[in-house]
Amino acid sequence: MSESRVVNLSRSRRAFLKAGGAAGAGLLLGVHVPVLAQQGGPGKAGTATQAAPFEPNAFVRIGRDNTVTVVAKHLEMGQGVYTGLATIVADELDASWGQVRVVSAPADASRYNNLFWGPAQGTGGSTAIANSWEQLRNAGASARAMLVGAAAKRWNVPADGIRVSAGVVSHASGRKATFGELAQAASAMPVPASVTLKDPKDFVFVGKHVPRTDSAAKSKGTALFTQDVELPGMLTALVLHPPRFGARVKSFDASGLKAIPGVRTVVELPTGVAVLATGFWAAKKGRDALKVEWNDSRSWRGSTDELMAEYRKLAAAPGKVARADGDAAKALAGAAKVLEATFEFPYLAHAAMEPLNCVMRLTEGRCEAWYGAQSQTADQAAIAQVTGLTPEQVTIETLFAGGSFGRRANPQSDYVVECAEIVSRLAKTGTRGVPVKLVWTREDDMRAGHYRPAYLHTMRAGLDASGAIVGWQHRIVGQSIADGTAFEKVLVKNGVDATSVEGASTLPYAIPAVTVDLHSPYGAVPVQWWRSVGSTHTAFSTETFLDELAAAAGQDPLAMRRALLAKHPRHLAALELAAREAGWGTPLAPGKAGTKRARGLAVHESFGTVVAEVVEVTVKPDRSFSVDRVVCAVECGVVVNPDVVRAQMEGGIGFGLSAALYSAITVKDGVVEQSNFNDYPMLRIDEMPAVDVHIVRSQGKPSGVGEPATPVIAPALANALYAATGQRLPEASCRSPRGAATPTPKRAELASPEGARGRSSGAGAVFGRA
Amino acid sequence: MPVLFVNKERVDIASNVPGDTPLLWLLRDSLKLTGTKYGCGIAACGACVVYVEGQPVRSCRTPLSSLRQGAEITTIEGLKTKEARAVQAAWVKLDVPQCGFCQSGQVMSAAALLAKNRRPTDADIDAAMSANLCRCATYVRIRAAIKEAAKALA
Repeated sequence: MSESRVVNLSRSRRAFLKAGGAAGAGLLLGVHVPVLAQQGGPGKAGTATQAAPFEPNAFVRIGRDNTVTVVAKHLEMGQGVYTGLATIVADELDASWGQVRVVSAPADASRYNNLFWGPAQGTGGSTAIANSWEQLRNAGASARAMLVGAAAKRWNVPADGIRVSAGVVSHASGRKATFGELAQAASAMPVPASVTLKDPKDFVFVGKHVPRTDSAAKSKGTALFTQDVELPGMLTALVLHPPRFGARVKSFDASGLKAIPGVRTVVELPTGVAVLATGFWAAKKGRDALKVEWNDSRSWRGSTDELMAEYRKLAAAPGKVARADGDAAKALAGAAKVLEATFEFPYLAHAAMEPLNCVMRLTEGRCEAWYGAQSQTADQAAIAQVTGLTPEQVTIETLFAGGSFGRRANPQSDYVVECAEIVSRLAKTGTRGVPVKLVWTREDDMRAGHYRPAYLHTMRAGLDASGAIVGWQHRIVGQSIADGTAFEKVLVKNGVDATSVEGASTLPYAIPAVTVDLHSPYGAVPVQWWRSVGSTHTAFSTETFLDELAAAAGQDPLAMRRALLAKHPRHLAALELAAREAGWGTPLAPGKAGTKRARGLAVHESFGTVVAEVVEVTVKPDRSFSVDRVVCAVECGVVVNPDVVRAQMEGGIGFGLSAALYSAITVKDGVVEQSNFNDYPMLRIDEMPAVDVHIVRSQGKPSGVGEPATPVIAPALANALYAATGQRLPEASCRSPRGAATPTPKRAELASPEGARGRSSGAGAVFGRA
Repeated sequence: MPVLFVNKERVDIASNVPGDTPLLWLLRDSLKLTGTKYGCGIAACGACVVYVEGQPVRSCRTPLSSLRQGAEITTIEGLKTKEARAVQAAWVKLDVPQCGFCQSGQVMSAAALLAKNRRPTDADIDAAMSANLCRCATYVRIRAAIKEAAKALA
């Protein structure tokens, strides 16, 4: 089959020769070594499987060439984790940053499990640094102790007289050695049973500016993503998925594909029909020519409008109790004033820039996979099940992911299983061993599901005559993410999926009576976690509703929060820092005549990190508005890499703004109505506000930063729009001015009251409100 | 036989290559120039930006049949101008990339902007860069890095 990979195209002889001698072969990437080589530190090659003379533990390798290789057990999907993990090791090791490179760990839960997830390897929930902090400090310190021991032995001096700094081991006698020179000898030293970790005041990298390890490769186009993997004889697979969730293939006609050059074969799958070809374009043309009749007998043919109507009915009755402090019903009955609100949230697609993909090769007794793996252990088991192998026979080489936002940690390993189905069925038809690159087109990525669930929230709260909040009732309706997955046992307690209520059930405000309850109706639309998970909706409903209560009580939104957070010092620290840096309470510089400028704030904890954001908006007379500046404060414990923290706050804010202003997946007659970036628009550079990030000084354990900035921006923005216009949603609802027909970016606009009323979920904003 | 020059190398395109093949897939699948990315296929995201005759185009919607005989194509792999070097140095200095998938296209667009306009204002940057999506929203740093590169070129 590899011979048949005629490119249908020939380069000139000169070009071939320049490319490195042997015609086709010179253009192909060798498999293992180059894949990893390109992921390392600046210009440094290496592989996780290459033996180094000194491997004191699973995370540190030191070569004779003086390179320190840090083995990263977490997926680098943009969050800067390779840099963060390496920073922790390098500090305890006293390496020089220039000698450090990073490679990805193989899938092996016995060594590389996420310590917060028990026996499973994986990345998510903003846990990477938090679970690795002590593990990697110990790994670095242990390696350092062995290098020191080797030097002491070689120089015949006491170990406590030896210093290590910037990758050099030295003694007062003037003796010096590099790590590389000591590597062999260090490998013979006993692994210390325990090590003394540095006093934080002695950190040389932690908390300081350390450049990312992947910026250069990612700026030159040499960083290797799954999309870029090339194996000899590889075929590209595109799958024609059914238009409706739950549909199956009834029959298909591939006769039109024979005439298409490059198309090799067609494979029926549980999820559709795969067309395999020598490249993307041939596979795409083949897929376009494929005729499939779908069996819709088990398909869902509903719409998101109907779904939301159903959710409204469900919300009339109490659900499963997620929190019950005091008697909220009684408190509301006796309140001087009761406020009510309903919020609707649409399905959201992750829409990472790299559409889902996976490369796999099934040979006798072995299945190899190369992709941006986020749940290695679960994926290994899923691949094993499809291919009839044991998990140990499945190897995964984790590559950079071009974003994920949770999507690649699919609880069903959906896209990975689809690729395994393809190689498995090829093997059954006699073409075992052909590497397959499964590529989802943008349309597949947008329409084939696994979205942030749609939710409906209803809220009631009461104020007494003095303006104090006496009771709070919060009801949430929406599909459970964990239900029916391997995560159900851990995440669902007493019928309550923690990911549906987090942020609401954990409301930090000192309110004497709080109830939170949940309906988790079954839904046919596949759902999963999306950057910041439950907080994507609970931060919005709780933080805008609190703002509304503050206004009703005639209190300043900051003052009211401050009073209610007295027992939450981390929330207070973030809130006060953001408010101070934003100049809360001081007048904003006026805008042009006729415009209104205002600030809004929100604070929210997710994944152990507290983020407060103050948003400045300008609303023009035509009701269009701009988000001018965001002041963000974050409390995430000890900061490993402050610049990466800043980057995650900036990016998380932009990601959250996309959802607030534009994103919604809607379904009609069972068919997803969006398909690509033209009808699922996202924030562009001209709408990105200035972002000032401030980090709270903290001695707490590090907590994650990948997600917590995202949920805070939408409520802070809504509160700013209220402050500017005096209107609550829906009157102040945002709508998306961009669509297929408006290629020229315009500013987001405030919808007119008539336009927003009667609109159901998913008309283009994360915060539709009925 | 149609001929292109890709990063100054001559590429002969056989007659059996369909004219509707987008330039993107010739670059990626045939020439293994994988720095140029597929993101949307409808010219909406900018991950596939390359230069044709020095002008930035969306290669995912540029069929081979639309290219003139001997057209000069430049991809991120062949981008060697002083503007490009300044942009890439600024990208590294400010640690612009996060996931990095869109950044080849961002760098191509930014270098094209600076080649035309050495002192871009915020409005110039908005106009030149608004068609390049970044889902990680690295926009704050893209803006700062373009200004940094402009300063270095001054």
